[in-house]
Amino acid sequence: MNLDYFVLIDRILDLDLAERTIKVEAQVPERHTIFEGHFPGFPIMPGVLLTEAMAQSSGWLLLGVLKFERMPFLAIVKEAKMRGFVSPGQLLTIDAKVEHEGSGFAVTKAKGRVGKDLKCSAEITFGLAPFPDPAFRVHMDAMANKIGFPLQAMPHD
Amino acid sequence: MSSTFDQIANIIAETCDIPRDTIKPESHAIDDLGIDSLDFLDIAFAIDKAFGIKMPLEKWTQEVNDGKATTEQYFVLKNLADRIDELVAAKNAGTGAAS
Repeated sequence: MNLDYFVLIDRILDLDLAERTIKVEAQVPERHTIFEGHFPGFPIMPGVLLTEAMAQSSGWLLLGVLKFERMPFLAIVKEAKMRGFVSPGQLLTIDAKVEHEGSGFAVTKAKGRVGKDLKCSAEITFGLAPFPDPAFRVHMDAMANKIGFPLQAMPHD
Repeated sequence: MSSTFDQIANIIAETCDIPRDTIKPESHAIDDLGIDSLDFLDIAFAIDKAFGIKMPLEKWTQEVNDGKATTEQYFVLKNLADRIDELVAAKNAGTGAAS
């Protein structure tokens, strides 16, 4: 995780476009100023960041499903449940699947675990829109390479 | 089995917290019921799931923006029910999405 840049996902472990599922890893940093305030003497990942991590995982899945032709933008979070504390230094594994692909929107379900322990889950809806700027698309391509987005799932221009 | 309109009205009432008895076949989803685009995403998801279809919202929006259709054709609820019935019929006939 690079919390300063709001990059919550480190690695894509598996992307199955036929099953429309993804599994990613997110290493919670040992130290960050966030943990100084949240909370003093009891540092834990804020639930809003766990939700964002589930959203980013779902976003990479949808980018694969959409062949990078559209960008998923977070629209609705439902049933977000923080089921247990996630501490600095823990390795979070997030699984997401496409629940529904509608016209101009998509819905995913995501679950985050530390080891076998379920820590968070949510149903997340995204609006799907063309990339608003070519530089944005270039950035996402670079990010995809960095986090191990499977080459065979990348569109070839 | 309830009518298509009743199913839509129940979905809208539940999703948008609008009293069910205020939702009429003549109601315009946007102009009369005040449903915004975000709530309509939620409604579209529920309708797609309930009827096993994919409402072509982007196509409808494009037609309205191009002046080829009016919002009433798609967003007055009795008309929306008709569009959904067409989509279900097309799906059952194996002809894909109706438009």
